[in-house]
Formats: sequence, C-alpha cells, structure tokens
Amino acid sequence: MSSFMQTLVWGIFNGAIYGIAAMGLALVFGVLKILNIAHGELVMLGGYLGFWAFSALGLDPFLSLVLVIPGIFVLGLILDRVVYRWVVRQWGEEKIKNSLLVSFGLGLVLTNLAQWLFTGDERSVQPSYAGEGLNIYGVLMPYTRLATLGIVLVVTVALHFFLRKTYPGKAILATAEDYESAELAGININRVYMLTFALSAALAAIAGQFVTFTYALLPSIGMFWTLKAMIVIVLAGTGSIMGALPAGLLLGIIEALSGAYLAQTYKEVIGLVIFLLVLIVRPQGLFVRK
Amino acid sequence: MKRPAEILSMARPSRRWRSPSATVALIVFFVLFPLLMGDESMWNLFFRICLGIAMGQSWNMLGGFAGQTSLGHAAFFGIGALVTRTLWFHGTPFVVALLAGGVAAASFSLVIGAPTFRLRGAYFAIGTLAVAEVLRITVGQNQPYISNMSGPMIASYNLPTRYWAVLALAVATCAVAYLLLRSRWSLGILGVREDEEAAQASGVAVLRHKLIALALSALFMGFCGGMFAFKEISYYPENPFFPTWTFEALMIAYIGGLGTVVGPIVGGIFFVVVRYYLAANLTDVHQLIFGALFVLVVLLLPGGLMEIWERVKRFFARSIRRRDRRAAKD
Repeated sequence: MSSFMQTLVWGIFNGAIYGIAAMGLALVFGVLKILNIAHGELVMLGGYLGFWAFSALGLDPFLSLVLVIPGIFVLGLILDRVVYRWVVRQWGEEKIKNSLLVSFGLGLVLTNLAQWLFTGDERSVQPSYAGEGLNIYGVLMPYTRLATLGIVLVVTVALHFFLRKTYPGKAILATAEDYESAELAGININRVYMLTFALSAALAAIAGQFVTFTYALLPSIGMFWTLKAMIVIVLAGTGSIMGALPAGLLLGIIEALSGAYLAQTYKEVIGLVIFLLVLIVRPQGLFVRK
Repeated sequence: MKRPAEILSMARPSRRWRSPSATVALIVFFVLFPLLMGDESMWNLFFRICLGIAMGQSWNMLGGFAGQTSLGHAAFFGIGALVTRTLWFHGTPFVVALLAGGVAAASFSLVIGAPTFRLRGAYFAIGTLAVAEVLRITVGQNQPYISNMSGPMIASYNLPTRYWAVLALAVATCAVAYLLLRSRWSLGILGVREDEEAAQASGVAVLRHKLIALALSALFMGFCGGMFAFKEISYYPENPFFPTWTFEALMIAYIGGLGTVVGPIVGGIFFVVVRYYLAANLTDVHQLIFGALFVLVVLLLPGGLMEIWERVKRFFARSIRRRDRRAAKD
C-alpha cells in the first residue's frame, strides 16, 4: 500500500511540472490562436538560466526564480516582436499551420543555439537539502518536490486572479474570446498578444527551473516538454487555461502508475495512446463542459 | 482575321519539348557527374541529394498537394529504416525488405491519419509530431545498441550500387508525384487543400483523399528510410527517428516551392549542396542557420525558389510587352 501511495505522490509531483508547462502553452493557444512548438525550448532555456544562476552565482534554485522569470519574460517579449507578430497577423487555417512551421524552425534554432553556447553536457542542480524531506507512514516527500508543488499552486491561483480581477488580465480574456470586438472596445490587442506570449514564456521558465533538479537538463529536451504540454492541453480541452493543472496532475499520475505496474519503457507510449483516444472520443477535452 | 490561338502560336514557338528534355538532361547529369568525378565524397554528396529530393517530394505529396502539414515524417522514415534493416539482416533480399519497409510505414500512417484527419485544424500535425517522438523514445530505450553491418556485408559493400538505388528512388518518387497531379485523385486532393468545406459540399470524399495522399507520402518516406538503412554501415537505431529528418523533408519542400513537382528537386539540390559547404566550414551553427532560413522562407517567401523564378519570368515578360507596345506606337 505504501508503495502505491509513493507512486501516486511521485505522479502528483511530476504532474505539477507538466501542469505549469502546459499552462503557458494553453494561454498562447487560447489567446493568440497559434500553437507554439518551441514552448519546450523556452522551458529548456529557463532551465539553463536557473542552472547558471546556481553554479555561477550560487543562488538557491527557488530564490533564482526571481532572476529566471523576468529573464525569460523579456525573451518572450522579444520573440513575440521578432517572430510571432508576423504569424498572428495571418488568418484562419493558414495562421495555425504557419505557426506550427515557424515555431518548429524556431525550436531548432534555439536547440542548436543552446547546444553551441552551453554544450551538450547533461546538467542538473543539487541544492544542499536535496535529500531531506518528510516521511509520512513510509511515504517520502522531499522538500524540493513539496516546494515545487506549492509554487505551482500559488502561481495557478495568482494567474487566476490576474486574469479575472486586473485590467490587463481581463483584456487578455476578452481578446481570447473575440479579438475583433476587443479591438473595437479599445483594447490594444498587439500589446495583449505581447503580454500573453511573455507570460507564457515566464510560465515555461518556472517549469524549466523545476526541471533542473528533477530531470536532466540538456539542449535537446525541448521537444519532450512541448509534447508533454501538448498532451496535457488536449486532455484539458484546447484553450482551457485553468484545466491545465488538473490535466497535468492526471497525466503525471497515469504515467507514474503505468510506469510502476506495466513497464517503465512504455510509459511514453501510454501518454500517446491516451492522447489519441481523447482526440477520437472527446476532442473538446476532459475538463470542458459543452 | 486570325483567331487569337493562331496569333499566339505564331508569336511563340512550341515549348512542349522543354520539360521532357530538361528531365532527360537532369537524369543524364546525375548519372554522368558522379561517374566522371568518381571520388567517394562526391558519391556521398549525390546520395544525400537524391535522398533529399525523394524525402522532400514525399512530404510535398501530403503537405503541398493535400495541404496537410505533417511534423512527424521522421516516424515513417524511421519505420522504413527499422523494418528494412531488420528484414535485410535476417536474410531477406534487399528489394523485398525495402518494399516491406515502405508498406509498413504506409499502413502505420493510416493508423494515425484515420483518427486525426476526422478533426479539423492542427490535430493531424500534433498527432504526427507526438507519434514520431514517442517512437523515437521507445526505440531508443528498447534498442540502445549501435546497429552494425556484418563482416561479409561490409566486405561486399559498394557505394555506387547504393547511389543507383537511391537515384532510382528519387526518379520514381518524382514520377509518382507527377502522375498523381495528373490523375483523377488530384482533383479531390487539390480540392481539399483549397477549400475543405467547398470540396465536401460538392461531393468529394475528403477523408479518403487525405488518406490517399498520406499513404503515398508515407510509402515513399518509408522507402527513403530503407535507403538510409541500406547505405549507413553503423548507426543508432534511434537516429532515423530524429526530428531533423522531418525538418529536412519539410525544408526541402518549402525552399524549393510547395505544391509543385519541380520544387522539391530544386530545393533538394540547393539544401544539400549548401549544407555540405556550411557543414564543412561552420560545423556548429549550420543547423541554426537553416532553422532561421526556414522561418524566413515560411514568413516571407511562401512559394520558395520557384516563386522567385516565376517573379523573374513575369518581370521579363512585362518588360518585353512594354517594349513591343512602344515599338508598335512608333
């Protein structure tokens, strides 16, 4: 029983990272109506920024979020200005198709840039308290993982209030609903797009920071995280921003259980099978009422 | 008073001989040039050019003709390589193994295509991307060891044979793409690309035409994978599943000109030759340069090199017409 509980807990911890990675992707998909395949590369760059903050400046991985989030936020602003602005202007089917192609190319650029700047060595961050944690009836909960889960919950709640209660947040939601009406109502939608993309990049950076002490950090991990986020937003229902966290937790738990009770090597396949099944049976997603 | 058609035929000599003779000249060049040069790096370069043309053309059948963006062609390439190599190493004649690899890739493509094509939008692209990555990870974990040719195979290894095989594949792929454009199917396939709703409303079986394009495309991508498995002496079984293969096919189709038969041929030659020189001089950053180039092509030049050619032609036609008009006035 305790081994089952342990598996479940690990699933929840991993799922929290999937959730926050997917939240950014869902935000961009819902508002800009484009699919950003380079989202995983933003996760990767956030991870590297955190790694250098830890190894060069000696910052605690949770403290360095203060540095990583603004850094990648600014990168998001730049990428939106330089690349995505051109795609968002296009219309309908063409827009989504070109966004896939452009971000696929951009992902390749960022991966190779990271490979060139940071080399292909596997990196990770190990804070001094990495091994410590709570032990509740034989179920281990490392402090780092608990803090990860806590930060993810706080960020989710903060994002919720930001979107519902503040002016820029409401502008984002209005643009997501109908960008033409939003523009007529006096919202500067270009600025909204820029803010949304940068927010999404910042969320990716938080996920990247968690990757540094839970997974291996490599220039080539971008695609892995893009796919995880993609599976999660299909589970959540495309465009559902707040559905991303429960869907992420669900994916984490399913993966952990199938890894423990079926076969470790086919963990990834399970995710894909669920992905295809959801597309066939319930394309609007699990957490959307329609 | 002459009819307009007669005036036209008087004004311009027949141009029907142009494309057949260009085709023959191109094939003769591809046969003679490596034969005359004869050194190993030239054979390798020409192998990659032909492989690139075949890959770009196969992506073009789906992405250019049917308008369905696939981001997971590496899956078909990988399956072709895996099946061909496994059968071939276990004593099947190579041609049979190659055919089996292509058919395996095509049948697999239908398994992804049937569910994802029912939905509109980007689902097919995401589905193929996910499938390719999952296959890569799974193959990497199940077959972590390098795949080597056996001693007798290396002893009888002959690079020109590999080149003739891939040249034949490139010619066959282009021929099939050409025939596909002239077939009855192309009406449905192109109709789906231009406007899916209108096609559906006028009685085109949209799903069936998408699946035909997908299966043909995956078949030839599988053959390309088989050729890779036939040529490389040793590689990790994971390698043919890398997203860079998808990217190469995509890039060649886009640079050359999407939706034309000539485009991927031009694109393949351009891409592979430029990469050959970039990789020699700028090893670290050549993929970076190509990624950036690709983004620029998609955003600014959606018709690729063929569009530049068309623009140049149009420019000259216009200036000639202007000159004639001026001459007539005088």
